Amino acid sequence: MTELVEYIAKALVDHPEEVTVNRVEGEQSVIIELKVHPDDMGKIIGKQGRIAKAIRTVVKAAAAKEGKRVIVEIL
Amino acid sequence: MKTIEKQGKTVEEAVELALKELNAKKDEVLIEVLDEGSRGLFGLLSRMAKVRVTLKKKPEEKALEFLNGLLKIFKLEPDIKLEYQEDGMCKIEMKGKGLGLLIGKHGETLNALQFLTSLVANKGNPNYKRIILDVEGYRKKRERTLKELALKIAKKVKETKKSIALEPMPPHERKIIHNTLQGDNRVKTHSEGEEPYRRVIISLKYPPVK
Repeated sequence: MTELVEYIAKALVDHPEEVTVNRVEGEQSVIIELKVHPDDMGKIIGKQGRIAKAIRTVVKAAAAKEGKRVIVEIL
Repeated sequence: MKTIEKQGKTVEEAVELALKELNAKKDEVLIEVLDEGSRGLFGLLSRMAKVRVTLKKKPEEKALEFLNGLLKIFKLEPDIKLEYQEDGMCKIEMKGKGLGLLIGKHGETLNALQFLTSLVANKGNPNYKRIILDVEGYRKKRERTLKELALKIAKKVKETKKSIALEPMPPHERKIIHNTLQGDNRVKTHSEGEEPYRRVIISLKYPPVK
């Protein structure tokens, strides 16, 4: 799952080397923390959070395969 | 990426020669001038102009690259076919096992994938290229469902004389609703709200005056 978030984020931003992804294991859910270069924030959030929503939707599909609830947080 | 170097009497001439050889248009390449060239004096000391021309990746190539990487993470290996449509759009069709996952509820996942793919494909590209993703002919099927839905809701609006708001849909799906009811002289359609929650409202064209 971290691999997926990292892959999408790196493809979208201008500073792929500054993309970091962390996985925090919760009891019922997994939290994926995504950090990017400050100038790239807009590139992963988008107007009205459109890009962030799309990323979450795709990750949710991947998570369903593993039967886990995944939360993507953008820091 | 393909790169060539060309010489010519002027920079323009060198660029033109390079474009001809690459069979590309000017906006599809990156041009670096290596030597401006000089006419010299009476033909003495003249130097040829020299340029380096690199063919940029096309949006559809970037789209395929992005998708292939993504599918690998999903551990899926569908057949992928790229098709150019007459309206300049580019359609990428995937076929194979276990792809329902990529469609999601009402095509939610497919639309998200399509949105992300076209963002990646058009990054740094001034001429936006529309890219459509499809899985196992889902788009056609969804189009039929939306048409039926539009007609059904229109009928209800006529009966109850009340406007009805549909659930939020992406732009291409709203367009199908608008187009379906365009010729209906008793109802009209318009959209309200901000993406991604924009929705179509179907209402009576001539509300009876009381």
